[in-house]
Amino acid sequence: MNTEQLNRKCRSLRRDIITMIASASSGHPGGSLSAIDILAVLYYEKMNVRPEAPQWEDRDRLVLAKGHAAPALYAVLADRGFYPRDELKTFRQLHSKFQGHPDCRKVQGVDVSTGSLGQGLSMACGMAIGAKIAKKAFHVYALLGDGELQEGQVWEAAMAAAHYKLDNLTAIIDHNGLQIDGTNDQVMSLGDLAAKFRGFGFEAVTIDGHDVHAILHALDIDSRGRPKCIIAETVKGKGVSFMENQVGWHGKAPTKEEAALALKELEG
Amino acid sequence: MPEKKAIRVAYGEALAELGSENPNILVLDADLAHATMTCIFAEKFPGRFINAGVAEQNMTGMAVGLASAGFIPFISAFAVFGSGRAYDQIRNSIAYPKFNVKIAFTHGGITVGEDGGSHQAIEDIALMRVIPNMTIVVPCDAIETRKAIRAAAGFDGPIYIRLARTPSEVFTKPEDPFELGKANVLCEGSDAVVFATGIMVYPAVEAARRLKAQDIHIAVVNIHTIKPMDRETVLRYALKCKRVIAVEEHSVIGGLGDALADVLIGNALSFRKIGVQDCFGQSGKPEQLLMEYGLTDGHIAQAVKDMMADR
Repeated sequence: MNTEQLNRKCRSLRRDIITMIASASSGHPGGSLSAIDILAVLYYEKMNVRPEAPQWEDRDRLVLAKGHAAPALYAVLADRGFYPRDELKTFRQLHSKFQGHPDCRKVQGVDVSTGSLGQGLSMACGMAIGAKIAKKAFHVYALLGDGELQEGQVWEAAMAAAHYKLDNLTAIIDHNGLQIDGTNDQVMSLGDLAAKFRGFGFEAVTIDGHDVHAILHALDIDSRGRPKCIIAETVKGKGVSFMENQVGWHGKAPTKEEAALALKELEG
Repeated sequence: MPEKKAIRVAYGEALAELGSENPNILVLDADLAHATMTCIFAEKFPGRFINAGVAEQNMTGMAVGLASAGFIPFISAFAVFGSGRAYDQIRNSIAYPKFNVKIAFTHGGITVGEDGGSHQAIEDIALMRVIPNMTIVVPCDAIETRKAIRAAAGFDGPIYIRLARTPSEVFTKPEDPFELGKANVLCEGSDAVVFATGIMVYPAVEAARRLKAQDIHIAVVNIHTIKPMDRETVLRYALKCKRVIAVEEHSVIGGLGDALADVLIGNALSFRKIGVQDCFGQSGKPEQLLMEYGLTDGHIAQAVKDMMADR
């Protein structure tokens, strides 16, 4: 897809996210909307996956470490053909395969279950090490939240990624600057993320996380034998004016009226 | 007197043996390979051994990633740190999605010895027991350990194997049956039944020998699989003997004792739990600690006699 098509696709996916969360009256709009461009670029332009064969052993892997952004992932996977889009309306409802946080045993196209922050990067490291042992060429992506970086396990994984020279691993940080109790700086300052990851032995770049061209370019950077980290500067709630950069929209579902307003903004 | 061999050594050897048979078996450790004995596997298959360093949480997560990529990972650490520090990882990354990860933690119990209370796991079985989808096995000697590890490798799903540090009596035989979930009856008797697990099984058998000389005949059952519990065998012997004693190198809260109580509740029985009495361990020699915390054949025999006197 060209940039224009991709951007249009992202608007459509944003509509899916809002619809899904409003339908459930539950979910995380802020962090789903900030992550969707990254996920779209990954699934439309970068990752080698087969919707008709979700377990295809040479598939590229994506670990949604920030599991609460499940609506974004479900929207993309549905659009890519892993399941009918119609089914998304069961999100978070009893017996749905679209659990509040991805359950890999219930839904196709998801390799590990997430929701407990800080664990995804470790699992991604394991997959990347597995690829090297099995001499396979697939790449492993992990999408992390910024608040998530406060969990120590993330840094255990980062240390291991460098130690094991996981150049087939890319960590992407959805850096929207907000978490639940406030901004990152108010709650627990993250400091210079690019420097931190570089210090841990990663090839680190900082980009505009809503510029699909910049995302793709960053994904293609040669990490010179090291794991890669893309710090994506994003806006929480991106695309819906009253949600943008608002702490309160982390885990609050829009009402019917708010959803209608959001969808209107996301038209076209 | 039977020979002694450390269960953790038998673990290390069994792992290396399995490694030759199945190229998909990988081993992860948290900088304790020379204590957990995964070093034996590591020496033989360096490309299939992944040291996580002092990072149990990451070790657990990496194992999940490897399992998702089709491997059969064994993770090892000290029971207290592995089950404690990586609890949420075991619960959320392994058990919740039912990943095929083998959690083989060594140094369970007070016989960890001189390192003291911070290192003596008295709660690991309890922690694992309450996690859904988790199978728990505690082998009683070096011979049973080899069978347990092989069974674990062939089992599809999350499994916790608790392994002892200190050399212990090798008293079972290679031809004795071993099946996950099926308790082994080692002695027959109807005055009381002792259900024991891990390195407490041998003292239970010794207690039976002692008591026989006093014309008291107890049954001894090796509950190597704490979860799922062999309810049929437990009920059969409990209802036959009416006096039940549970023995474990673990807290009396949440371990074998309580797992048995879950089965026996509602029945009119005498029931007693022998274990660590809701306290932490301390430094000492393993044999001294067993005596200090009431976990010897003498204590078991006395408990039987006390129970019989109550009647």
